[in-house]
Amino acid sequence: MEVTLRILRYDPEVDEKAHYETYTVDAEPTDRVLDLLNQIKADQDGRLAFRASCAHGICGSDAMRINGVNRLACKTLVKDTEGTITIEPLLGMKVIKDMIVDFEPFFEHYRSVLPFMINDSPPPEAERLQSQADRERFDDTTKCILCAACTTSCPSFWADEEYVGPAAIVQAHRFIFDSRDNGAAERLKILNQQFGAWRCRTVFNCTTACPREIKVTQAIGEVKKAIATGRI
Amino acid sequence: MTKTHQHEVVIVGGGGAGLMAALYASRGADTAVLSKLYPIRSHTGTAQGGIGAALGNEEEDKIAWHTFDTVKGSDYLGDQDAIEFMCEEAVPTVYELEHMGLPFDRTPEGKIAQRRFGGHTNNETHKPVRRAAYAADRTGHMILQTLYQQSIKNKVNFYDEFQVLDLLMDGGKACGVVAVELLTGELHVFHAKSVVIATGGWGRVWEITSNALSYTGDGVALTMRKGIPAEDMEFFQFHPTGIYKMGILITEGVRGEGGVLMNNEGERFMERYAPTVKELASRDVVSRAMYIEMREGRGINGKRYLHLDVRPETVNKYAKQDDRKNPDGTPYELTVEDLRHKLPEIIDFCRTYAGVDPLTDMMPVQPTAHYAMGGIPTDMRSHVLGDEKGNIVPGLYAAGEVACVSVHGANRLGTNSLLDLVVFGKHAGMNAAEYAKGSDYVPLPDDPAGPVMEMLDGFRKGPGHESHEKVSQIKREMQQVMFDNVGVFRTEDMMAEAVTKVRQLRERYKDIKVSDQGRVFNTELLQAWELGCLLEIADVTAESALNRKESRGAHAREDFPKRDDKNWMKHTMAFLKPDGVEIRYKPVTKTKFEPMERVY
Repeated sequence: MEVTLRILRYDPEVDEKAHYETYTVDAEPTDRVLDLLNQIKADQDGRLAFRASCAHGICGSDAMRINGVNRLACKTLVKDTEGTITIEPLLGMKVIKDMIVDFEPFFEHYRSVLPFMINDSPPPEAERLQSQADRERFDDTTKCILCAACTTSCPSFWADEEYVGPAAIVQAHRFIFDSRDNGAAERLKILNQQFGAWRCRTVFNCTTACPREIKVTQAIGEVKKAIATGRI
Repeated sequence: MTKTHQHEVVIVGGGGAGLMAALYASRGADTAVLSKLYPIRSHTGTAQGGIGAALGNEEEDKIAWHTFDTVKGSDYLGDQDAIEFMCEEAVPTVYELEHMGLPFDRTPEGKIAQRRFGGHTNNETHKPVRRAAYAADRTGHMILQTLYQQSIKNKVNFYDEFQVLDLLMDGGKACGVVAVELLTGELHVFHAKSVVIATGGWGRVWEITSNALSYTGDGVALTMRKGIPAEDMEFFQFHPTGIYKMGILITEGVRGEGGVLMNNEGERFMERYAPTVKELASRDVVSRAMYIEMREGRGINGKRYLHLDVRPETVNKYAKQDDRKNPDGTPYELTVEDLRHKLPEIIDFCRTYAGVDPLTDMMPVQPTAHYAMGGIPTDMRSHVLGDEKGNIVPGLYAAGEVACVSVHGANRLGTNSLLDLVVFGKHAGMNAAEYAKGSDYVPLPDDPAGPVMEMLDGFRKGPGHESHEKVSQIKREMQQVMFDNVGVFRTEDMMAEAVTKVRQLRERYKDIKVSDQGRVFNTELLQAWELGCLLEIADVTAESALNRKESRGAHAREDFPKRDDKNWMKHTMAFLKPDGVEIRYKPVTKTKFEPMERVY
């Protein structure tokens, strides 16, 4: 079948501003949108720039707006779209070239929540024990691939990019609710600040956008509750 | 303008091996990690089923059994001293990952949970043993996340989206690398005392692969171009269960949980090929059985795929037939809830990409190019070896999939790749830092970035005549001939044809031209460079395969169907030369395991 793509292009070395270009490719209904982008790059316009690596929804490289919604290009099939497919870069991040946006501020927010195990007690020779129930408490948020689909769909983030954003809170949640970790108080203090978790207005865009089906808004809610009650 | 940086240790690649090396190297030396991706995007993250270690958390297990299983799995081509070392290190290293925060699944007692995987057995009963420590079916994702988190905690220096295009050597010693910064297109020279190569594999040589688009073998191409041989390149693993046509991996953990393979006649055909462990035979054995089934017309509807069935009613029927028991002695039974909990990613992949639900449908699978057993020759301490005599290249280290220690020999067991990259990544980092501390910077060559600049300009300018070649076309032709002719089954004629074809493609490659003349994120230019790596690797792989006149592990020849220990229990060492490939050999290190017939 023939599929038409309308792609928002921007090359800083050539273009004064972004503009749409249209391409037609021959595709199967089961092709990924990423396959179509690769096909355009291979056969029609080698300059088209986008990030991609694993091509099956794990590495988090190819989040972009597909028909106005944040999706991974490798996890969106042609059969799940209708008519012309419109491709645009993520909103709220500086566009460098075509779909490539500046991830540095995103990773800075990520690093700000202390996204690592904090436990200074000397470890036992074998593993630290953890019950299955304790392990389950943070299972959902371990799935995050840092693709930024959630953060760049959040109106609070669009309004102010200083907001730490849903992805960083998800990463904080993964440690706050891990029974082996001792850094919860410090992280909750960080997330209680001006640009922390309270910026969330529970719009649920993040949950809808997450390609990993993480219950992002719920996780943020649990963090807010922990800040408010001081209990985990 | 070329910028120059200086770090005592430079690590190329930010996946599991590179990050583990970085954590250890940065304890003792000024260290930097260069990755062509953000490290968190690395291919380690796609590993699913588990990491092997004889923890014995679920049932009796022994390091000696893990060692023997790995030697047997390697079809006796693995170096036994290195395998012993890896299997011993496995236990403390998995605990170390847990201490770093890795969220393993848990047993009812709160210990790290373990599952069955192909080729891992109780050496007394010969039944499968639970040795794969796992975090659902995203163990690699959790390892990558955990190591990246620790790197942030320990303030490791990262140069993200810096693609390394040349290795700098002076007087036979490594002294740095040249990289392009994707954001600006500028070249950077990194002057180092020691360099660790951890760039991963090269599945993109083949048409159907489970590997990332970025898996283009950069590291092994960089070292081959400096005269360093590539070891055992003919051994590339085809994983039995990739999603039909796409190659996306379906973890062996599915079979570990009791999933069975079915042909078009509804027959569980692995009973005929591996009567004891059936679907949990080594990957080479299962992939070959699948090819034979398909060739004999028992593919599903005559097509080139088979069914993987993990529906609880099927699993429980065969578990009963096999008399499979839980650790507490009760009969094994799998529920829909267990599947949702243990294999959530697989369910998601199948629903998204194959349009089937593993809870209620069978999955369409075919063997997919998956893992490089061969690579840059190293010793157990991750030193790169410069020749077949074992002379080390001072200041140069390699670890992870790009390296060939060799712990996987002719066929890797599932779960041993994650193990390999953490164990040898760690030792590469420690040894690279120690070397750096005891040595001075070797002077850089004159105009260190010159050759890279010239090469990139060549891609931009093209051949200077009207007709030029396209990267995408050459890549497609290479991937097809390698998949058809240097795949699961091989013959002299097929491989000779592949060598001829790849040589032609390498000639045509000289005439490529890219359309993007810009500097910022010129990914077309870098794909052109990566194709050069893939072509050289394809050439060396086909030539190494053509020269090995026996069948062993992943190298299965129809014209030489038997393993020949008398003549061929040796490693291939292939040197890339201007006029072709030169093949030499070196002996396998044997400690206590005499080769035996491999039966599963």
